[in-house]
Amino acid sequence: MGQNTAKLNAETSLDSVSLWGITRKRLLRRKSAVMGMIILGMLILVALTAHWLAPYDPTKSMLDVPDYPGKIEKRLPPCVHAFGCPESEPQHLMGLDGNIRDEFSRLLYGARISLVIGFATVSFSILIGTVLGALAGYFGGWVDNTIMRVMDVVLAFPSLLLAIAIVTVLGPGLINALLAIGIVSIPAYARVVRGSVLSVREMDYVSATRSLGGNTYEILFRRILPNALTPLIVQGTLGIASAILETAALSFLGLGAQHPTPEWGSMLGQERNQVFTAPHLVFYPGLAIMLTVLAFNLLGDGLRDALDPRLAHVS
Amino acid sequence: MVNYIIRRILQSIPQLFLISLVLFLLMQAFGDPIASLGVRTPPKPADRERLRRQLGLDQPVYVQYVVWLAGNDWMKIDMDGDGVPETPGKRLGVLRGDFGNSLINKRPVSELVTERLPNTLLLMGVVEIVIIVFSLAFGVYSAVRQYSLFDNLFTGFSFIGYAMPIPLLALLLMYLFSINFKEWGLPYLPTVGMFDPQVGRTPGQIALHMILPVVSLSIISIAGYSRYVRSSMLEVLGLDYIRTARAKGLQKHIVVIRHALRNATLPFVTLIGLDIPFLLAGAVLTETIFAWPGTGRLFVTSISQSDFPVLMGILMMTGLAVVFFQLVTDIAYSFLDPRIRIA
Repeated sequence: MGQNTAKLNAETSLDSVSLWGITRKRLLRRKSAVMGMIILGMLILVALTAHWLAPYDPTKSMLDVPDYPGKIEKRLPPCVHAFGCPESEPQHLMGLDGNIRDEFSRLLYGARISLVIGFATVSFSILIGTVLGALAGYFGGWVDNTIMRVMDVVLAFPSLLLAIAIVTVLGPGLINALLAIGIVSIPAYARVVRGSVLSVREMDYVSATRSLGGNTYEILFRRILPNALTPLIVQGTLGIASAILETAALSFLGLGAQHPTPEWGSMLGQERNQVFTAPHLVFYPGLAIMLTVLAFNLLGDGLRDALDPRLAHVS
Repeated sequence: MVNYIIRRILQSIPQLFLISLVLFLLMQAFGDPIASLGVRTPPKPADRERLRRQLGLDQPVYVQYVVWLAGNDWMKIDMDGDGVPETPGKRLGVLRGDFGNSLINKRPVSELVTERLPNTLLLMGVVEIVIIVFSLAFGVYSAVRQYSLFDNLFTGFSFIGYAMPIPLLALLLMYLFSINFKEWGLPYLPTVGMFDPQVGRTPGQIALHMILPVVSLSIISIAGYSRYVRSSMLEVLGLDYIRTARAKGLQKHIVVIRHALRNATLPFVTLIGLDIPFLLAGAVLTETIFAWPGTGRLFVTSISQSDFPVLMGILMMTGLAVVFFQLVTDIAYSFLDPRIRIA
């Protein structure tokens, strides 16, 4: 069996290389997708270099900064030297927050947290969703029925409400919020994978592998699951966007990231009653969330169009 | 047809049962409501025990579930908390519309929720109408004028709108229309509540207080749905029968509205129908920010009070609504598409 499978594998990998080549070409031709990639690239850069870019420690107040020359004042409005703020005052691009911390530094570190949130939750739900969806689609019968009925239960609730309920059970905190959002997004991936598995399970090349002596593992992971990769990538990219939004919502309600973690949603939530007196503390983190979500949505949309074979003639 | 409907209804029963079971277990894991009682003056251990017996929290989990589901008027409960059940129970159970009592103020959950529900339904109803009208208008116009300035601008707007976190949108609107308008001496909108207590609960007051919550709830959905309407309109506008209608000499707006729109909106209406219960999630944030006295806000306050019968009731009713709307949509679809009935 070894030789035959090796041959088959070589062929698949050859195909997949060209598929990615085509996808890349089509993706680069879409302005919106390119814009999404640029914003995302910048966000990743900021996240990686936050400790160099940030002028202050994101979790320490100005009281803890030795020889701080400026006025110690809660929710100080932004002071930018280029815009006429006197040179004698220390520069705070986005002002100070309610705990006298530098908002700009917190925002930079927040990029790190948001990107980790997005990738971590989606990886978690893709992993579990893929296993469940593959089992349901491949084995069918009662396995399929049990798994998908449970998925239906999860889908019967607005994901945010269910995530709130799960977090209240587990206790507030960033990790629990991630877990809750990961759990409520599993069904979406399970459905995608199950659908792809069902559509190719009975195809000739799968039976061919079976007759060549391939075992269940090989059939499932080498022959069937690669078909689910395309929709999973699209769903995952868009899923990162909604995971970031939902985590921000949980943190906004005080159920996600806890003080003093510089998470954008909780920064927004902590200062929301100060929108009258210190709007900068609400709008900067809010805009940061929006920009990140926008980047993933643009990229996800572009990927969907680029990976859709029906649109091949368009590009 | 009748067979299909019956089969479909029977299918949703195990789904509802599973929903209730999952929710119940979730809330069981929620922690001890007695433990969080009385932070300043903690109740004595003996009082705790008595309260536990009186509330039926000393029973095994499955008994609590059965009581919650089917009521306890067929068994005796321990009202004086001495460990011996003597008084006949009064609860009717979820199946008979009794969601139990709030642990905080002892009022029936169904009463608490129905008190708040009209406010949420009012908000949601207006939001739905705004969403449908504007998504159709923007979507159709974008499709008819594909790649025009409006279409391109609107595409940009919808991407930004779709990426907006609700808190940012809500606070931005509040900042602009309440704070800045007041500073500029313009007529400004109220920020929180449902009416001005000094004026009273008049329709005008409610309408005025509803503007900001409605706008912040609907913009995100309009951004998403109008893209959907646009693409399904574009698909339909490219079909042969549209060209035939135009070739017959019918005016463009008649073709667009009578021939194209009708076919293009069918999937849109289904989508909206299925999404209605899900707007409730957005309402949780919006109602909290604008202090709108609806079920979403009740949900958030119940979390901080560990009031699990209320949480359970709201989640269960939402689940019911979702299953109900799924059922209605499926049945409506089977009327329209005979292939579904057989499959």
